[in-house]
Amino acid sequence: MPALILGRLVLVEARRGGLVWLAAAALLAGIALSAFLAQLAITESRPLQAAVVAALLRVSAVFLLAAQLVASVRREIDDRRLELMLALPLSRAVQYLGRLAGFIALGAILAIVFALPLLLWAAPRAVLAWGLSLAFELALVAAAALFFAMSLGQLVSALAATAGLYLLARSIGAIQAIAAGPLAEATLAHELARRAVDGVALALPALDRVTRTEWLLYGTPDGRAYLSLLGGLLVYIALLTAAGIFDFARRAA
Amino acid sequence: MTRDERALRELPAWLWLVLALALAVQLAWRAHEPSPSVREADLPPAPSAAALRLASFGEPEAAARLAMLYLQAFDYGGANARPYRRLDYGRLVEWLGAILELDPRSDYPLFAAARVYAENPDPAKSRLMLEFIYREFFADPDRRWPSLAHAALLARHRLNDLPLARRYAAAIQRSARSPDVPLWARQMEVFILEDMNEIDAARIMLGGMLESGAIHDADEARFLRQRLEALERRLAPAGK
Repeated sequence: MPALILGRLVLVEARRGGLVWLAAAALLAGIALSAFLAQLAITESRPLQAAVVAALLRVSAVFLLAAQLVASVRREIDDRRLELMLALPLSRAVQYLGRLAGFIALGAILAIVFALPLLLWAAPRAVLAWGLSLAFELALVAAAALFFAMSLGQLVSALAATAGLYLLARSIGAIQAIAAGPLAEATLAHELARRAVDGVALALPALDRVTRTEWLLYGTPDGRAYLSLLGGLLVYIALLTAAGIFDFARRAA
Repeated sequence: MTRDERALRELPAWLWLVLALALAVQLAWRAHEPSPSVREADLPPAPSAAALRLASFGEPEAAARLAMLYLQAFDYGGANARPYRRLDYGRLVEWLGAILELDPRSDYPLFAAARVYAENPDPAKSRLMLEFIYREFFADPDRRWPSLAHAALLARHRLNDLPLARRYAAAIQRSARSPDVPLWARQMEVFILEDMNEIDAARIMLGGMLESGAIHDADEARFLRQRLEALERRLAPAGK
């Protein structure tokens, strides 16, 4: 299948571009940090190590994937290789989906590699739940980064937009809680602000509820709630993919 | 070396010199800066739990534990010029409360409150910390009873305040209902009223907690044994 060839090219480029070494460096940094923290803790050293390493590896995986994707796609566009690809007898949707599939596969590999060290401190079932959720989260990041890399003109703006969406999605729950806090004044302006925050939350994925460190420390959620969380991510991946294909179809050849 | 790079020997000497000089200046600059740990004056005001949660970007468990290590750097084992005994305990309680709110299932804040901060020789500061432990105990008695049990011991033997110790002991008896809570803890009031010294009480408590599985963490067990040994040395008769 031609789309799979495009996906395979993504993996080959990542291997040749040194992503393996960067992932290994992130893993080493995580393990070194955990050893350092274990020396400082007077209690809960294992939960401390699991929590901090999981948080570090999660954000490292997201950064590595987004940077690799945006740099790769922007280089393809700037070198005019994309125009060459458009001349192939492949529909634009297939070309877009092929690339996305490659980056999703890359994200899944990163999720597996980054979840494995957590077995040192957490139960296998919890690590499995965390790792699978990270794979879905990385698929969403891939969909967002591909959309921004294709639609925005510059590498920096595409990276900034991806990081902005990701960080906002991870903190929107806390922002909503602050906006609805009991100490907030009951004025019209505040009510409007609160509703505006709720409106922004509607347009974002619930990244603050997935790949949670608490699963590693206190046990996994029940299956139904877990599947619901992953389902929410799938819906957002579908939205970003549809928007990306829509934008790509409008691009002049 | 790739084909796009020139050999190192082909670079001009002045470039080597500038690079070496810049590195030397950087190292000298940093070496003359004071250490950050002794620069700290006192604990800054505590952020709210909501602010900490926002700053954690959806990782409250990791943020709570890192905040505890940050707090520790101001006192126990840290190189701070102001040891924890002189810290502003009002702020300290606010910090611990915010961290506990960030991850209510973490044992770290109450463990540090009971085992480190409440052992302050200043009775007023110790009482402040004991009351914090007592207040927070009721949010999750089955998880938080070990800290209040130690608080009861401190009230009994360090503050010599039997009514306070009995109040804490009665709270454990009344509220800690889990079958995991050992028998001596569920009869804490009797334990407090028994005529035994602090070392014996601490030994029984540590042994009971290890036996009942209330201590899961190897570092915590080691820390508690060290504290017990320190207590034994401190209270040992002179010349013995």
